[in-house]
Amino acid sequence: MSNPTLGNRLSKDDITIQSSSNRNNSLTCGHRACQGCGEALGARCAIDAAHHATGGKIIIVNATGCLEVFSCSFPESAWNVPWFHSLFGNAPAVASGVAAALRITGKEDIRVIAQGGDGATCDIGMGCLSGMFERNDDVLYICYDNQAYMNTGVQRSGATPPLARTATTVPHKNYLGNDPQIGKNISQIAIAHEIPYVATASIGNIQDIEKKIAKAIHIRGSKYLHIHVPCPLGWGFPTSETIRIAKLAIQCGLFPLFEAQYGKLYGSIPIDDPIPVEDYLKPQKRFAHLFGKNATPDAVSVLQEVANSNIVKYGLNGGDI
Amino acid sequence: MQYQLEGSQAIAKAVALCRPKVICAYPITPQTHIVEGVGEIIRSGELLNCEFVIVESEMAALSVAIGAQAAGVRSYTATSSQGLLYMIEAVYNASGLELPIIMTLGNRAIGSPINIWNDHSDAMSVRDSGWIILFAETNQEALDLHIQAFKIAESVGLPVMVCVDGFILTHAYEPVDIPSQEEVDEFLPLYNPATSLDIHKPLAIGTMVSPEYFMEVRYLAHKKQMDSLKIIQCVRDEFRRKFGRDSGGLLREYMTEDAETIIVTLGSVAGTIKDVVDDLNLQEKKIGVISIVSYRPFPIDALKDSLKKAKRVIVLEKSLAVGIGGILFQEIELVMKDTDAEVFSIIAGLGGRNITKFMLQEYLSRKSCKKITFLGLKEEIITKEYEFANFCGREGEV
Amino acid sequence: MRKPFATVLEAATSLSNKTGSWRTMRPEYIKMVPPCNSTCPVGENIQLWLSLAKTEKFQEAWEIITESNPFPAIMGRVCYHTCEKTCNREQFDGAVNINLLERSIGDMAIAQGWSFRKIAPCSEKKILIVGSGPSGLTAAYFLKILGYNVIVYESHLKPGGMMRYGVPKYRLPRRIIDAEIKRITDMGVKIICQKEIAKIRTELDNFDVIYLAIGACKASKTDIEIKNTPHIFDAVDLFGKLEDDFTNFPPLGKKVLVYGGGNTAIDAARTALRLGAQDVKIIYRRTIRNMPSHETEINEALAEGIEILCLRTINSIDGNKIFINKMNYDEKYDILSLSKETEILHADSVILAIGQSVDESILKGIDGIKISEKGVIETDKNMMTGVSGIFAGGDAVSGKRTVTSAIGQAKKAAKCIDAYLRGTELIPNIRGEVVNFKKLNTDYFNKNARVGIAKSNDISFEEKDVSYSKNEIITEASRCFSCGNCFHCDNCYGYCPDNAIIKCPDGNLEINYDYCKGCGICATECPCGAIKMIIDDK
Repeated sequence: MSNPTLGNRLSKDDITIQSSSNRNNSLTCGHRACQGCGEALGARCAIDAAHHATGGKIIIVNATGCLEVFSCSFPESAWNVPWFHSLFGNAPAVASGVAAALRITGKEDIRVIAQGGDGATCDIGMGCLSGMFERNDDVLYICYDNQAYMNTGVQRSGATPPLARTATTVPHKNYLGNDPQIGKNISQIAIAHEIPYVATASIGNIQDIEKKIAKAIHIRGSKYLHIHVPCPLGWGFPTSETIRIAKLAIQCGLFPLFEAQYGKLYGSIPIDDPIPVEDYLKPQKRFAHLFGKNATPDAVSVLQEVANSNIVKYGLNGGDI
Repeated sequence: MQYQLEGSQAIAKAVALCRPKVICAYPITPQTHIVEGVGEIIRSGELLNCEFVIVESEMAALSVAIGAQAAGVRSYTATSSQGLLYMIEAVYNASGLELPIIMTLGNRAIGSPINIWNDHSDAMSVRDSGWIILFAETNQEALDLHIQAFKIAESVGLPVMVCVDGFILTHAYEPVDIPSQEEVDEFLPLYNPATSLDIHKPLAIGTMVSPEYFMEVRYLAHKKQMDSLKIIQCVRDEFRRKFGRDSGGLLREYMTEDAETIIVTLGSVAGTIKDVVDDLNLQEKKIGVISIVSYRPFPIDALKDSLKKAKRVIVLEKSLAVGIGGILFQEIELVMKDTDAEVFSIIAGLGGRNITKFMLQEYLSRKSCKKITFLGLKEEIITKEYEFANFCGREGEV
Repeated sequence: MRKPFATVLEAATSLSNKTGSWRTMRPEYIKMVPPCNSTCPVGENIQLWLSLAKTEKFQEAWEIITESNPFPAIMGRVCYHTCEKTCNREQFDGAVNINLLERSIGDMAIAQGWSFRKIAPCSEKKILIVGSGPSGLTAAYFLKILGYNVIVYESHLKPGGMMRYGVPKYRLPRRIIDAEIKRITDMGVKIICQKEIAKIRTELDNFDVIYLAIGACKASKTDIEIKNTPHIFDAVDLFGKLEDDFTNFPPLGKKVLVYGGGNTAIDAARTALRLGAQDVKIIYRRTIRNMPSHETEINEALAEGIEILCLRTINSIDGNKIFINKMNYDEKYDILSLSKETEILHADSVILAIGQSVDESILKGIDGIKISEKGVIETDKNMMTGVSGIFAGGDAVSGKRTVTSAIGQAKKAAKCIDAYLRGTELIPNIRGEVVNFKKLNTDYFNKNARVGIAKSNDISFEEKDVSYSKNEIITEASRCFSCGNCFHCDNCYGYCPDNAIIKCPDGNLEINYDYCKGCGICATECPCGAIKMIIDDK
């Protein structure tokens, strides 16, 4: 299924906040993200949506990572919202502290968002994230998933997909890149905490991000939103293709868009006609070794199986979840 | 009002009187009874308007406090030993962001080997972190220092760590005078931070700073610490006026007026030393004691002044910088560098080893001392461990 | 207490960091020519009026159509819509039904009584237009807009030319013709009917310019040997009688043969069916694929039960017997030859529809107007005949002989005449690059088949289908991809990771080169190919 243009004139439901000249530009011009950065777009989109839904009553806590470094380097901050950065591994706990402070001072109308990359979320900060979930602190945690440590030079993270090339998983003769394990499915881990709301989204579907943010931001308790944000530099594709790559990930089933409440999956965005994973993998240099002269056809099938299993598991074929 | 209380409970009462809004706790071994004491005060309704957040790690404990403080409310946590080391990244972060958090450190040894008893190794591991570090000598002072700490922290804009000897103070029952809520309220105004996370004035807090500016950031942090020496004294004076008690400040001096020998130390062991000094002064030995309250910022000028007549300075500390020796010792040597006085180092009480009056009397009765003495070291064990020909240690002197 | 140095910053201070300096490629908004516009013989800005129609600005849409074509309701019925053949949507889920949309908006204009602006003459110059067909009236319309005094002479009873006398009613109801012509006369264009011109030469003294739009009304001659039969008709003659005076027209009978392969042949066959014939056959020399007639017309004829007998010529006619020669046809080289096979068919009457040519008699006495070998008037590139001040257009000139090409030519003729009267040269339009399907990003379009319309199966002189309703117009017009022209979808604005697109109060978009890093996402995500990345050599 195609999604409509951002400023779709035909259906009011599909007009995005991103298309509005009144959007907050929560992450504004002059930031130092690379050309074509998916994370910069994802962050602006998500925070603008939250800003819109709350009338500007939001406080952001940011983990260390690309987003933090490119957006707020003295003497320039690109943030148009109250924004706080402490450490790499503690953003959820810091956000819990902000939420506690707001609760005790009767300002619970101000909503707290913690955000970080996949490294901060799946790896170094996972303890704090789990603690935040377990206490059901009133925080929306957003993970911008670009599937590796981009800020430090594209090293593997717990969210790096099987067989991907990173600086720490360089393919060699008898090594095909990141080990073909499933990796850490942080969204499922979030669901297992039975928090009020967990969802995945992608910058390939801005309408969906905005709807999910609007829904999540007013829920009391812990919420988790996992946004897929392709990285031209780390994944090796032209800077102009960021959105297209994000869409291909959705369309092949490797990045399923779903929602869960209180530990139960309850909805997903179906993909009408799944494309083969090759269509998504081939344009990316991090998977180039799977298609080169010495490629083994089995390798791609590992990823195709992940996609196939997602399609069934998340009802992307319109089936039951 | 006077109470007979365990040190942890006295501190809990003091913290509660300061009306913090967010308290977070993680019971890493070894934990004290402080936060559970505050928890009980909150749960019982004695302290209203305070969030008690039970976290999953010490890292989270201080991080929650960081978040709360950044959001503009008074926040507090407590830790010890390994827990402090686990949160050390956040310790540096809190001071770098100039967030006036108060944290009690129930001083304990750090491992390996694991050991839950008192010494000052934990505090020494964060001595350069940019926090104001105060040491309490008694439970009464521990209680008073907490009330002062909030005032100091919020006046200066830096976090304050109040060091209280684990077990020796935290678990000891002593009579303490607890001020009334009204008195504390008058002493400690409501927290009104200059900068916080405010939707009406959106600031970005916690930037990345490049080499062009980082030196200046560090210089200003140092200057701020040194400037706070004055504030610590002002708060001590104000506290005395309000509560009629001498607590806090930079140093506690005892019998130093005409003393030829002055023992410098940190924390509760000063009490034992004072007893010994009393006995020896009766024999006209002219011995005094200085215990440092404000370990960071380090009161160089005050120490210089107090030690200027001393012929001999003995630094007794419950910590060891492996590979060099005493830590406080080096700092006192720096203070004494332009004088003729001799400076000696005693490393004692590591991992909760008792420091007895007898040990101190014995040391002070020696005709001559080595530069560094490991007081109470069991020589036979060391000898056994190093069974080689030219080992000639005596009482731990290396 | 002072604010901490460096670790605390005011909001949006990054605006001082002009990231535009990183750029090596630069996006630019461009306007490209959509294929529909590019192929429209009339030069309509189809895309523009579709965009207006989809936002319910129907009258504005109609005004845009009438900037190029004064007959939307007529053209919406009889135009063979080359626009739809090249529509990029054809490669996606079927072309936009531009023809029916034009008709629907044209019908709406008639129903609502929308009229052309009345233009006061602003020139003393007088122009005579001979012939009130699509070419003549279109020229009159544009010349009137340009402020000239225009008079149209028409030899027939009613104005309209081939629109009225060449297209059957079931394809083009006469009330539509009347309404759209009335709108032109309401502008102040004078049409004088039944005005036979003996000598054009004499009129030159009364007018500054004469525009010959006399059509091709004379039936072409055949070399068929015809014996013993009164029932041979010419298609043009049949249509003419049918329109003006059908009372004395002899019956066609049950079995009718039509000879020819053009639209006129199909029209004649279908008209015969409506006049009561039960067995109608078309005889054509080449194969069905090679018929010059429009495909939809052929299909409709076949659907009505008309038989098309291909690869045949009529050799001779004797009474009811029609002697047929079968043909050999080499499609590759277009070589026709008689085969040895023959057959005999029976028919009550035969309608000849084998082409028309210009009636030269009208031109007698003027030196300088040349008739080409193909039987049409020769003109120069400015549509002027050999005689200064006499222009010609429409079927009398062109080879295409469709209403659409007649209108397109007349539009050009009006400009040429205007240039002539001003003593200037017509500057031809330079057309931009045409957008092909590959330049679009169709991710943003859902597959929606064109809005269907019910057609009746009745064989009568009534129209078989109806126009779109308002909602149907909106839905179908919304299918337009807006190829090569920004339709304010805001993708560039919304997807730019650097907020480097400025949305102006009027909805237009501009690139903020202070911050644009040149990533190219805007160009990739533009659904209609209206952003181009070029090397930034600043």
